Amino acid sequence: MRGLATTLLETGETTTAEAVLFWTLGPIMVLAALSLLFAKKAVHAALSVVVVMISLAFLYVAQDAVFLGVVQVVVYTGAVMMLFLFVLMLVGVDSSDSLVETIRGQRWIGLLAGAGLGVVLVGVVGRASYGKPFGLSGEASSQNPTGVAHIIFGEYVFAFEVVGALLVTAALGALVLTHRQRLTPRVGQRERADARVAAGATLTPLPAPGVYARHNAMDVPALGPDGQPIENSVSRVLRIRGQEADAEEFAARTERVLAGASQVRGTPPPLAAPEGASANAPELGAAVSDTGQNGPSTGASGVIGQEDGK
Amino acid sequence: MRILGEAVAPVTADFSNDTWWIWLIKAVAIVVFLLTSVLIAIWFERKVVARMQVRPGPNVHGPFGLLQSLADAMKLLVKEDMTVKAADKLVYIVAPMIAVFCSLLTFAVIPFGPNVSMFGVNTPIQLTDFPVAVLYILACASVGVYGIVLGGWSSGSTYPLLGAVRSTAQVISYELAMGLSLVSVFILAGSMSTSQIVTSQTAVWWFLPLLPAFIIYIISMVGETNRLPFDLPEAEGELVSGYMTEYSSMKFAWFFLAEYINMLNVSAVATTLFLGGWRAPWPISAINDGMFNSGWWPVLWFLAKLWLLMFVFVWIRGSVLRFRYDQFMKIGWKLLIPAALAWVVCVGVVQGVRQFSGLDLRTILFVLAGIVLLGLLISFLVPEKKQPPAPKRPPGPQVYDPYAGGYPVPPLPGQVLPPSPRKQRAAADAAAAADTDNSTTPQVTQEVHGG
Repeated sequence: MRGLATTLLETGETTTAEAVLFWTLGPIMVLAALSLLFAKKAVHAALSVVVVMISLAFLYVAQDAVFLGVVQVVVYTGAVMMLFLFVLMLVGVDSSDSLVETIRGQRWIGLLAGAGLGVVLVGVVGRASYGKPFGLSGEASSQNPTGVAHIIFGEYVFAFEVVGALLVTAALGALVLTHRQRLTPRVGQRERADARVAAGATLTPLPAPGVYARHNAMDVPALGPDGQPIENSVSRVLRIRGQEADAEEFAARTERVLAGASQVRGTPPPLAAPEGASANAPELGAAVSDTGQNGPSTGASGVIGQEDGK
Repeated sequence: MRILGEAVAPVTADFSNDTWWIWLIKAVAIVVFLLTSVLIAIWFERKVVARMQVRPGPNVHGPFGLLQSLADAMKLLVKEDMTVKAADKLVYIVAPMIAVFCSLLTFAVIPFGPNVSMFGVNTPIQLTDFPVAVLYILACASVGVYGIVLGGWSSGSTYPLLGAVRSTAQVISYELAMGLSLVSVFILAGSMSTSQIVTSQTAVWWFLPLLPAFIIYIISMVGETNRLPFDLPEAEGELVSGYMTEYSSMKFAWFFLAEYINMLNVSAVATTLFLGGWRAPWPISAINDGMFNSGWWPVLWFLAKLWLLMFVFVWIRGSVLRFRYDQFMKIGWKLLIPAALAWVVCVGVVQGVRQFSGLDLRTILFVLAGIVLLGLLISFLVPEKKQPPAPKRPPGPQVYDPYAGGYPVPPLPGQVLPPSPRKQRAAADAAAAADTDNSTTPQVTQEVHGG
């Protein structure tokens, strides 16, 4: 590539702008290509390929091959690399290359072969002689897509059709290979819902955490009408991880509040003094519970029984 | 080898007089236009959706709440910019930039109008144009999606990743349908340059003869911009907010900006390719020998069409529910792509007939319209297939067992719930009393639901 640029400069065909573009994009492309080899994460490698492709498209456009440049971005960057990314993300995002040798001496053989290929390439490219470059004539460059169409659908129409047939066959083959007969009836949304109900799962959403508790946070269990914490209200993940706030502590706090309130409110009226505590407790229970009728006394067994019933 | 008809000039717009400062003015004007349009679009969307939902919408900041989006933008600017710990730093920062930069590129090739005199220079109201301008738009759109995909991936969190994966699948499937729907326009216009396509719509706007392609484009453009009902990458009911869950402050604002600019982009493309671009609608275009198709007037028509499509976006959002993911993929692959393919074949055949027979486009369109109308008329004459009679419903309300399926279900039309245990007891008591008293039996009235 370096040779191409210098020969073009020698013949005086390349403009300064084109040279600047090349010497800006060239190093970027080389760096991106190297990072494809050395990137630890597969997505980074894919990204470097994208950078190479887009820079290459810029170079194509600068060489008057507008159609080729744009189609390169649409097809390769937009569709093929996107498909690669899709697969990478599905397979495993954080999977980095394993550096364990599975075949003995594989690394050395690979290095040798690579060096050999490099020597051959340098030998061939270095000895190649470049003819005098000629750009597209004015008419041809402005008729770029039409010209490409004439070549593809005129001169090479047979080859084009054969390639098309080959691709369709390949796609069909992939479909046939991955196709499997459905042996069991399809399980759709409705069937799943029915199965859930039949299995006796909770039909309603689970209670939200923090409801009626004194702290409204994800890890604080909700309080039932009886003032007892509801285990189900905290996300299962948090419970398994052991990140749930201490339910006992919150229950104890509620108890303290209930007890303290009854003490304060229970004292003043002398007439109601004998039954003060029991008469006032339901009021607080009403503030805590939803039903508010019988407060803590009856709520406990009822609600917990329901929870178990599910 | 000139089978494909006479060679057309690749680009109609004449940029030969442009100087560097004309380019600069146009480029800056496009960016300013896009940014202000986004501010207006956000306000417009909120206001129209509010109107559809019978509520006032933003009405506090400025007249009619016009400054609401400005206030939102300011709020986003001064918010704390958080970077999550698990993020892949570089990609995380670059992703929103990719999204915005790519969305800004499209309007470079959108023609706002014909040649005008701009500070004494005769130049088209369009930054640039080239023979593959529409392909360039597709390329920009497909690179812009990398912003979404990489943003979701680099956040290092589950929901954004799911959003990113959905976005890749969405792009792959809906860009195919979109590209295929545009192909029929290329075939009829004989060019992929935007100014040439607008010129080719002098006689008839392409959305009429190419109605199926237009419909496919409209559907896939909604899918392409991640808008309801296709906003699966950011479905807030399922994925919090998808690929932008972990973004905050300005980085989030950039994604937001990109989404709205993309809406403007696809609307502008639809306007240019199907709705005649900057050309005035028919009765106006005939006034005073096409006076309204020259000078600065066309900008008005272009903007009117653009905002009409923006309204369609909002309208769809206000009235359609989000698709389930499998339904969405089914529509894309089993409906839109085959339909687009079949349509391209049809258009290709018609175009071939037109070029080999040398008939006028207008004649062919009228003949085709006649055939379609005739087919429609004949279809009216064909007697309708007799519907098999519905199974006879036994007369009167039917008592059913609400617990038959294992859980209680409400009565269907014509069904009634069996009397409740209390009513049964009451009826039994009454019957017992009637036996002793020999008086009239009390009627237990039952409520019949539905029909």
